[in-house]
Amino acid sequence: MRSSTSRSIVAAALVAALGATLGAQRIQINGAGATFPNPIYSKWFDEYNKAHPNVAINYQSVGSGAGIRQIQAQTVFFGASDGPMTNEQLQQAPGKILHFPTVLGAVVPVYNIPNVTAALKFSGPVLADIFLGKITKWNDPQISKLNAGVNLPATDITVVHRSDGSGTTYIWVDYLSKVAPEFLKKVGVNTAVNWPTGVGGKGNEGVAGLVRQSPGSLGYVELIYALQNKISYGSVQSMAGEFVTASVQTVTAAANEASSKMPADFRVSITNAPGNGVYPISSFTWLLLYENPKDKAQSKAMVDFLKWALTDGQRYCGDLGYAPLPESVVKLEMAALARVKTS
Amino acid sequence: MRSKDLGFRVATGAFALVLVALVCAIGFELARQSMASIQKFGFNFWRTDVWDPVAGQFGALPFIWGTLYSSILALAIATPIALGIAVFIAELCPAALRQPLVFLTELLAAIPSIVYGLWGIFVLVPAIRAFETSIPGALRQLPLFSGPPLGVGMLSAALILAVMVIPFTSSVSREVLKSVPAAQREGAYALGATRFEAIRAALYYARTGIVGAVMLGFGRALGETMAVTMVIGNNPRVSLSLFAPQYTMAAVIANEFTEAADELYLAALVEIGLVLFIITLVVNSLSRLLIWSMTRSAVVLQTPEPTETPAAA
Repeated sequence: MRSSTSRSIVAAALVAALGATLGAQRIQINGAGATFPNPIYSKWFDEYNKAHPNVAINYQSVGSGAGIRQIQAQTVFFGASDGPMTNEQLQQAPGKILHFPTVLGAVVPVYNIPNVTAALKFSGPVLADIFLGKITKWNDPQISKLNAGVNLPATDITVVHRSDGSGTTYIWVDYLSKVAPEFLKKVGVNTAVNWPTGVGGKGNEGVAGLVRQSPGSLGYVELIYALQNKISYGSVQSMAGEFVTASVQTVTAAANEASSKMPADFRVSITNAPGNGVYPISSFTWLLLYENPKDKAQSKAMVDFLKWALTDGQRYCGDLGYAPLPESVVKLEMAALARVKTS
Repeated sequence: MRSKDLGFRVATGAFALVLVALVCAIGFELARQSMASIQKFGFNFWRTDVWDPVAGQFGALPFIWGTLYSSILALAIATPIALGIAVFIAELCPAALRQPLVFLTELLAAIPSIVYGLWGIFVLVPAIRAFETSIPGALRQLPLFSGPPLGVGMLSAALILAVMVIPFTSSVSREVLKSVPAAQREGAYALGATRFEAIRAALYYARTGIVGAVMLGFGRALGETMAVTMVIGNNPRVSLSLFAPQYTMAAVIANEFTEAADELYLAALVEIGLVLFIITLVVNSLSRLLIWSMTRSAVVLQTPEPTETPAAA
């Protein structure tokens, strides 16, 4: 009995070994980076693996900063980031790194004011002043002016921001810095900044939790998070002057506006984009690839995957709360993908 | 036989050396990785209170303050309670109640810190906010209670840390009390001591172990990350106020490490780790020193009773 078991194990091992040698084309690709696109990346890698069983892509959502560090060190094949790499970071890498926008996200202001149910309207300068600690009361004339007819209380505003370094913070302060020069000077743009006021919550759930429980609070979370958790959020005045509520459509519209002036390396901020029906606090999230990767087999598989993700793969966006890329951007990226060396 | 003994000694000695090597390697690696920040800021890193990743300006003072303040507060709250639990279980508790109580305190230690953190956000913080708003205006003028009633802040962090520290301190203290020889208590009773006095004598006998238990709790409080960051408000400001949002060293590392891409920023975060390492080392050394001075004075006290030793043998 015993010997027959061991014999069958040996046989199974042999079969497995044989299978492995036959299917030698099996390609394993490792990547690491931003947490924000992790749900859709996981979905994509899973679906792609079902259709192409020989390509397995493994993604670790360790944060944008760690993703950038790892691709610079070439410990992963591709990286991912919510903010584009800086010129300095690109120079530190041993080869030329290309940016590929994959999906879009947005950040929305969330608040908790007792007895106020109306959806509030904000403008960029007002949000900047609140996060600078200059506007401290809800009934401040600057807020009331935007929200005629809403009875705002004379209570303090408790500012809630992210305590962890995050692409969400990057998008938020990028927008505030564009619309308020003082914010750019005093705070600046990064995934973590020196906040002049407020309390920090860890992650979207930390910010949402603090906002939900603190009467008079104002914070910011990712659109997906607000949608999935049914948190109501305010509209924000766009560059064109209209108050736009964030949705999949208004975020994609912001990217569409940007595509006409898209730089060749796709490193573009689309916050405060011009045009109608455009949500101003939107952003791409990027996949980072070397232009001339060492492993050409992996490179070929990755380029094929990206072609799929940018076209067929975009249909998974809606379910997961991401805004899909506009056609115009996909077209530009397809052309850029040809530059990645696959042989 | 001899050679076996020798082999055993060498092997265990090697394991002990591994520990020493590990601690040295951690210290060395932390110093190496934070060199950029050490060279740029020098000792100012310990003294300045600006933490601005955009401008590349880093000072650890608010984090050092927040870590020590929250841990000491937590210790002040937890130690009496933990000792009370330990004394009750070891000395006074009816036998039927003992096992359930031991089980419950140990259960507290087994709860993951993220669960404590979530409990903190959803239960403790609202309760603290209600307490803060109920404090009369006159008291709010004191620096200890200044600032808006946010709920999140130093008080919530200290309370949650206290709850997390209690099982450690009380379990170890209980074991220490259990190891007090029965002859000590019997002796006390024989001299006509009341129960309280006998327990006091046992506590005095076990004091070094109890200090050790308290320091174990302190170490735990210094390094706790997740639960603290969820309730402390994460605002790097030095403040005496219990209501003010503050920050700790472990929390800032956990929060910012993954997103830190430039070299100086990363080095500054690693240096925070180095500072925490040094502070933990100093705290542990001080507690060793305390225990050592206590045992030494005890030896002096015990010199007139050498007759006891042959009797025990």
